[in-house]
Amino acid sequence: MAQSAVTHAAGGGHGAEGTRRDFLYIAAGAFGAVGTALALWPFINSMNPSADVLALSSVEVDLTPMQLGQRITVAWRGKPVFIDRRTPEQIARAQADNTADLPDPQTDKARVKKPEWLIMVGVCTHLGCVPLGQKATDPRGDFGGWFCPCHGSHYDTSGRIRKGPAPKNLPIPEYAFLDDNKVRIG
Amino acid sequence: MANTSAPKPAFMNNPMVKWIDYRLPIFTFMHHELHEYPTPKNLNYWWNFGSLAGIMLVVMIVSGIVLAMHYTPHVDFAFNSVERIMRDVNSGWLIRYIHMNGGSMFFIAVYIHIFRGLYYGSYKAPREVLWWLGIIILLLMMATAFLGYVLPWGQMSYWGATVITNLFSAFPLIGDPIVTWLWGGFSVDNPTLNRFFSLHYLLPFVIVGVVVLHLVALHTHGSGNPVGIDTKGPQDKIPFHPYYTVKDLFGLGVFFLVFAAIVFFAPNMLGEPDNYIPANPLQTPPHIVPEWYLLPFYAILRSIPSKLIGVLAMFGSIFILFILPWLDTSRVRSARFRPIYRIFFWLFLIDCVVLGWIGANPPEGYFLLIGRLATAWYFLHFLIILPLLGWFERPLPLPTSISEPVLKGGGSVAAAKPMEKA
Repeated sequence: MAQSAVTHAAGGGHGAEGTRRDFLYIAAGAFGAVGTALALWPFINSMNPSADVLALSSVEVDLTPMQLGQRITVAWRGKPVFIDRRTPEQIARAQADNTADLPDPQTDKARVKKPEWLIMVGVCTHLGCVPLGQKATDPRGDFGGWFCPCHGSHYDTSGRIRKGPAPKNLPIPEYAFLDDNKVRIG
Repeated sequence: MANTSAPKPAFMNNPMVKWIDYRLPIFTFMHHELHEYPTPKNLNYWWNFGSLAGIMLVVMIVSGIVLAMHYTPHVDFAFNSVERIMRDVNSGWLIRYIHMNGGSMFFIAVYIHIFRGLYYGSYKAPREVLWWLGIIILLLMMATAFLGYVLPWGQMSYWGATVITNLFSAFPLIGDPIVTWLWGGFSVDNPTLNRFFSLHYLLPFVIVGVVVLHLVALHTHGSGNPVGIDTKGPQDKIPFHPYYTVKDLFGLGVFFLVFAAIVFFAPNMLGEPDNYIPANPLQTPPHIVPEWYLLPFYAILRSIPSKLIGVLAMFGSIFILFILPWLDTSRVRSARFRPIYRIFFWLFLIDCVVLGWIGANPPEGYFLLIGRLATAWYFLHFLIILPLLGWFERPLPLPTSISEPVLKGGGSVAAAKPMEKA
């Protein structure tokens, strides 16, 4: 009897809203699709940074030997980090430009912990080249900061983008001064 | 349908061949598609480049498999393992130069093949899906070539990989996580090199798969032809073998002559000297350029001042080919009968060469201006000129059959012959 009732119900369900069989078909299909997507996730996620890559994510730098006006590059997470011990003129210029026409507006104060030390990731925000300006002989662009030779982006003494195709300022990594002459990046 | 065609070759009567063919009709299939396959009788040498591209794919896979036996995909060893192939491995220099320049030859064949299609309207009904499959092959080739260029881990490898993967950071919100995911870290590094090697080995076989589909689509409606009108019957066609096998082989001989000249006399002509400097993540080379076959797209990327729009324009310049069959509103296929389109075809070809030249130069001064004009023309050609030409151009009168231009009145000869349709 039950058998015939089911058959009857299924047969009676024909119409605009579909049958029980349609519902089962869609439900089973959706279940299978969700299950496949979940099974796929570990494979996709395996391509994200692994634990050993994440473990190498901080570096300590001794700042004692740095002269006023000197810029050095240290490697952090496989990327160059620029450390710039800025002169008072450079700081004044960066602060004066807070109100200039900036593509990515940010005050100089928001970009440093101590005005003398500008620490940022030395990777152009356009397509990832390393901008020039770390050596005294390098071109430093129209704003006295850094100049990316790949596609011609100019950064100012605060590492802010001023001219060229890059959309953003040079990023500031997480860092903390351990004491007056030591900084930990990451 | 095969019953009406010419008798099968003698080897098909071999009992062993018959036994296998009855169970797996591989011999019948090969005979049907490679021997008796009816092909328009008026194909010119521009029709060689499809088979040349296919042969280059085989050359690349064979040389690549051998190179992979000697290569080490690790940032500390990759550069030296390639140098070891060049100096210590028996014939390693030859195999690497074949693989390195084979990529360029593959792109030359494919670009000529594509421009053949543009000139003769090969993308028009009923061959739109055939055209799409070709564009998918082109995209896969570009991806494979880029991945392969990273493997020697020279300066251009490293910085090319950095610039190209950073293209994806242009997308808002999802951009940065995607780039980190592509890298498997926070910069191009060992995880990146490993996965690039894995994918560089995989993608050529994906290309083989799409090439098979490309051929299935081709054999469904058959080759187009320089006159661009449909074949009217068996009198317009000849069997693929021996006529086109011989023609393709002759073309292959000429093509390999050029290939060999480059491999043996100028193997580094098309490469960048900077790639013989080991990768240095802290020092960008003053001038980053991709391989020549990607230069026009690189020029489009750089000619647009906004990063996101530049990236979209670069991808768009290829994706626009997918809708080309509908952008070209003319019903006449071949440029032979389209006097105005013919002029714009050549202008477009020049435009692509100009873009390539701009892509090889720094984006400043006149180069920037010319690059912007050439980019504008590229899109103008597809989006404005082609749709309007179909309406305003008056095509020349089409011949009544593909025999007519060849035999001068061959149409009547054909008509006298009874049609052999089943």
